[in-house]
Amino acid sequence: MLTIGRKLVEEIYAHGFAEAPLEACGYLAGRDGVATKYFPMTNVDQSAEHFTLDPQEQFAVVKEARQSGLQILAVAHTHPASPARPSPEDIRLAYDPNILYVIYSLLEPPTIKAFWIRQGVVSEEEINAGA
Amino acid sequence: MDLIINGSTEKIKQDTLTVVELLAVKKVEAPEMVSVQLNGEFVRRADFAATPLKENDAVDFLYFMGGGADDERIYD
Repeated sequence: MLTIGRKLVEEIYAHGFAEAPLEACGYLAGRDGVATKYFPMTNVDQSAEHFTLDPQEQFAVVKEARQSGLQILAVAHTHPASPARPSPEDIRLAYDPNILYVIYSLLEPPTIKAFWIRQGVVSEEEINAGA
Repeated sequence: MDLIINGSTEKIKQDTLTVVELLAVKKVEAPEMVSVQLNGEFVRRADFAATPLKENDAVDFLYFMGGGADDERIYD
């Protein structure tokens, strides 16, 4: 299970709505399945339908999290105008088997979900968001 | 040899190995989709096979991260 507290969920959505209609993306870090920090990241694609993280920024954030004793638990991105489920592109480009893919939709009602995507196979992870 | 891999010191059986060989040892499934920093400097993907590692090198690697809603709308 991935747990994301209410304040952090608000922070994630604030980033998502601030970037809309472009896709927003970021890393969730924490320990033992509990996310405690959100790192908003640059979407180098600057697109409403795609996102790509900047490797330089990825390394910087991963090292910052590590220095704070945190692990990167998930990469999060918005689907500004579609449901919170992996698109064919999300599945095709999911190379990291060790990280959760969090997708949150900005459609009403806002929905946030987490998935493992390994070798093209998607399995939804239970998520406790906003408690 | 000892290497600092993604922040943790690990003992690797081999005495000599390159970046691409380390990725194989670490069972990285898609090494062509990985970015590598060696002692804080990016290693070009084209140089993975020609970049040797030495004792106590710090190697960080992470996967390309991307995706997006793309053609999601076509089946909504």
